[in-house]
Formats: sequence, structure tokens, C-alpha cells
Amino acid sequence: MNDVIDKNIKLENNNKQLFNICLRTSSLKNPGSIKTYQSIGGYEQIKRILKNKIDPQQLIDEIKISGLRGRGGAGFPTGVKWSFMPRDYDGTKYIVCNSDEGEPGTFKDRDIIRYNPHQLIEGMIIGAYIMNAQVGFNYIHGEIWEDYVFFEKAIEDARKAGFLGNNILGSGFDFELHAVHGYGAYICGEETALIESIEGKKGQPRYKPPFPATYGIYGKPTNVNNTETYASIPWIIEHGGQEFMSHGVPNSGGTKIFSVSGHVEKPGNYEIQLGMPFRQLLAEAGGVWKNRQLKAVIPGGPSTPVVPANIIIDATLDYDGLAQIGSSVGAGSMIVMDDSTCMVQALRRLSYFFYEESCGQCTPCREGTGWVYRIIDRIFKGQATLADLDLLTDVSKKISGRTICALGDAAATPVLSFIKHFRSEFENFIKHGKSVN
Amino acid sequence: MNLKLKKLIDKELKKYPSDKKQSAVIAALAIMQNDRGWLSKEDISEVALYLDMPEIAVLEVATFYNMFDLKSVGRYKLSICTNISCMLRDADHIVNHLKEKLQIDFNEVTRDGKFCLKESECMGACGGAPLLTVNNQKMHENLNIDKVDQLLKELK
Repeated sequence: MNDVIDKNIKLENNNKQLFNICLRTSSLKNPGSIKTYQSIGGYEQIKRILKNKIDPQQLIDEIKISGLRGRGGAGFPTGVKWSFMPRDYDGTKYIVCNSDEGEPGTFKDRDIIRYNPHQLIEGMIIGAYIMNAQVGFNYIHGEIWEDYVFFEKAIEDARKAGFLGNNILGSGFDFELHAVHGYGAYICGEETALIESIEGKKGQPRYKPPFPATYGIYGKPTNVNNTETYASIPWIIEHGGQEFMSHGVPNSGGTKIFSVSGHVEKPGNYEIQLGMPFRQLLAEAGGVWKNRQLKAVIPGGPSTPVVPANIIIDATLDYDGLAQIGSSVGAGSMIVMDDSTCMVQALRRLSYFFYEESCGQCTPCREGTGWVYRIIDRIFKGQATLADLDLLTDVSKKISGRTICALGDAAATPVLSFIKHFRSEFENFIKHGKSVN
Repeated sequence: MNLKLKKLIDKELKKYPSDKKQSAVIAALAIMQNDRGWLSKEDISEVALYLDMPEIAVLEVATFYNMFDLKSVGRYKLSICTNISCMLRDADHIVNHLKEKLQIDFNEVTRDGKFCLKESECMGACGGAPLLTVNNQKMHENLNIDKVDQLLKELK
């Protein structure tokens, strides 16, 4: 693997710190410019790959060694996913970067686009080379228009520098990349809904199988990965899979951006070595604001179960660490709630979100999310009875697992986990008709 | 549809195969809306004609995606996120202030036709909560009452 790995393997360290891979330009001047990216060795990997015509299989193996898992929430091993793309397909193949982050509390891809777009672009070019795709799209969340415009400019700069287009760097390899702008639909973060959206339709998820790798955009083989996943690739190819892996813990290779929002002193994106203790990240984010006490944390976005303070406080932030406490890394969208938070109000807002964003295709989700919201709203308005809590649980369980895509499960998760951990607060609210927090 | 708009849509069309014009429908509608403030039935028809699409397919898209407006939203549409990360940082306080100051509720337009207030879902920028966008394009983060008042003054 010597022509793949540039640097020596570092010994595994157990002392986890903040470590910038995807956001490694963020502290530099003009972090988003092509010049800045090239000043830290940017685009050298694609140059080396094209010059030496490195075997795509060798690169996939390296990515498998890195332990990189899909950073959009599913956590599927990236190297494995890339090997699903048919190699000998005769016709156009597509790769798509999913920057449609709309799950409440998720805002990491935006910072990659703003501060390190060229690493993402290089990651996509490498991905296109490996999967032999000719066209790529980066689908960007609707509300961050200025960042979309910025990314279009980054694509233009990469094209001018010869990294995109036909016959890239004289290698005979062609790859064209386009930015696509969403227009306000959470569901388009689901990969098949996103594909429908690129085709100019409502974002309603498709049945799987067939999976996008066999039937994606316009029915062509298509790979969809998250922004952070693609942006990790150039670093992995530069430093080697083992080195990336060593920044995390076994089964959770590398770094991961946690977007910390809510009741902390310093909300923002923190790229951590996976396995970092929760306490440490909380401290990095300035701790709970206003000197208040921690009440609960949603570790990976509302589709991951809420965890009470006493449970999360000793957890480590990695795929296994969060699974052990009954939650998940998700997209790393950490929502912190202090002891003044009314859990009924918080759940009411989340349930409204899923109701509003259900695409309407599957009956359990379309109708169920409405039922769930109305019951919680009834509790919030002091009009519920204790039996409503069981009804709420029952309806949620009947959504879960009965829909085409994961939005149904995502809608049920906050309801079930909030009631599981904070049942007495819900009961008290119902008994008194108001928050007695 | 004037030449300027056609040029902008043509630029989007270049991203897709020539027989897949429909792929540019979201962009085309956004371009129209940006020019006209909101999408009328006629705008929908024009986009359909330009992209060789059935009108119903264009309308379907225009009604599915939250950032499209099929009614007038005044000169400035203020879309404020009230989702959990913004809620935890007192977005409701900003919302109440805006409602009181503008004397409108969500989805209403001020009598002078200047402002419309929309409740928005997560905008993917929660590190800057609470936040709002003006006409889908300009985001204002870390809002407080003073900043909101200043913004209202600046929007002529």
C-alpha cells in the first residue's frame, strides 16, 4: 500500500482531543479559498492518484481500513458502500453529496461548505475516480443560500484550476460537478427523496431495493454520501486509513464533527476524535449556559433518543459508546437542554416538525405524526388525561417500522424516549395542566 | 418571462442532460419567485411551458417545498426558525416581539405590504440560533431584540 499511504502510522492514543480533519482550514486566513486549501497540500491526492493511476480497489481498501462510516446519520461503512457501485456499467454514473442537513440541531455541512469546500470537492473527485462516475451533484440545504452561492464559486475555481471537467490534469478522466439548491424540505435529506428532488419532483422517498447503487438518478447507478464523509476522504488517502482510524476508537474510526446547540455557552461545531468523553465536549462548548444544571441531551439529532444528564455525563462519544446508553451518534447534532427546559414543550416542537415535514406518502407517518402532535399539543394546553400518554406511545409505535423511509421511525423516537425518561414530568404536567418543572 | 430570467434558468439547465429539463424546476421556480416576490398561477404556467412539463407537475413541486410562496408575502418575507435549537435560545421571545411590532401573526402581511412573517423549520444553522432569513436569501443569526429592531429599520 506504499503508494497509497504518504505518512507513517501513528500510535493509537486514548487521550481524545479536538482534531480538525474536515474543518482543518477553519483557523486559516480565507479558509474557503482554493489557494488556502492548496497551501496545506490540497488537491495533491487527486493529482497523485491520477498520475500513478492507482487502482480504485486499493483506495477502497484504504477507506475500509480507516473505519470511516457515513456521517449523515446512518453510519454505514463508506468503503463498503462504494464497493456496491457497479464497476463495468456502460453509461453515466452519478455521485451525490448530501448537504441537505435539515434535522434540527445539524449545521456541520454548512461549515465544511463555508470553510473547506475544496476538500469536499477533492473528496468527490476521488470518489468519482474510485466509482468511475462522470457527474456529481452537491445538494445543498435551501435556507443557506449564501453558502450555496459560495460553493458554486468554489466549483468554478476548481474547474479553472483544471480539477473538474474533461480530461482532468491530462489523465483522460472526466468528472463534472454541480451544486443543486434545495428549497425547504427536510425529507430531501433521505437519499432517495433527494434523488427524486434532483429529478425535479416532490421529495418522496422510493422503495428500496432497488438501492441507488443500481437505480439512482434517472435510473442510473448513483452513490449518495454525506458532506462530512466525502470531505474526510482526501485526508484518509493522504495519511492512510490506519492513521485516520487511530484518531478514533475501534469501530468508530477517525474524527467526527459534533454540532453543539441549545443551552451551552459556546454553540458551534467541534470536530472531535471519536471516543471523546461527553464531559470534555461539553466543557469545550463552554459548559451549560448561565451556570445552570444539565437536564438532558439529544446526542445526534432528534431522530436519536434523548438521554438524561445522569446517563450521558459519563458516556463517550462514539458509535458504540452512544449505543450503550441507548442512543446514537446520528449526524452528531447535539442538542443540550438545561434544567429550566420543559420537556413537554420541547417534545411538542419536535413533533410539530415531523408532522410538518412528513412527505405524506405513507399513511402511518402522514396520519400518525398529526395524531402525535395533536396529543402532545393537548397535553401542553392542559386538556389531556393520563390515558393520553399511553395513546401517544401506542400511536408512535404504530408509525415506527411501518413506513418506506426512516422519517417515521425518526418521528417516533423522540416521543418514546422523552416519555421513557421523563414520564413523571409528563404526568405532572397532565395532572396540573401546566409545567411544574 | 424576460431574457434575464431565461438566461438564469438556462444556466441551471446546463447541469442536467438535455432531455431532463424537469431537473431544473426547483431552480426555475426559485428564480421566478426571487424576481416576482411570489409565484402566481401564470408563473407556474410559464415555468411549465419553458421546461416542457405538465403544469400540475410544476404546481406539485411549488406546493411541496416550504420556501415557495403561492400568495403575496409583501416586500420582505421574514422566515424565523422556531425549531428546538432556536426555541431553547428564546426564539419565541423574538417571534412575539416581531408580531407585536409588526402587528401581524404568522403568514400575514403588514398593511403597508412591507413585511410578512413566516414560521420556519430548521435552517441548518443552529449554532447561530435564534435566526431568521429575509426573502429566502439573507440569513441573520444570533438575534436579539436590538438586532431585530435594527434589521427592521434597515429594510426600506
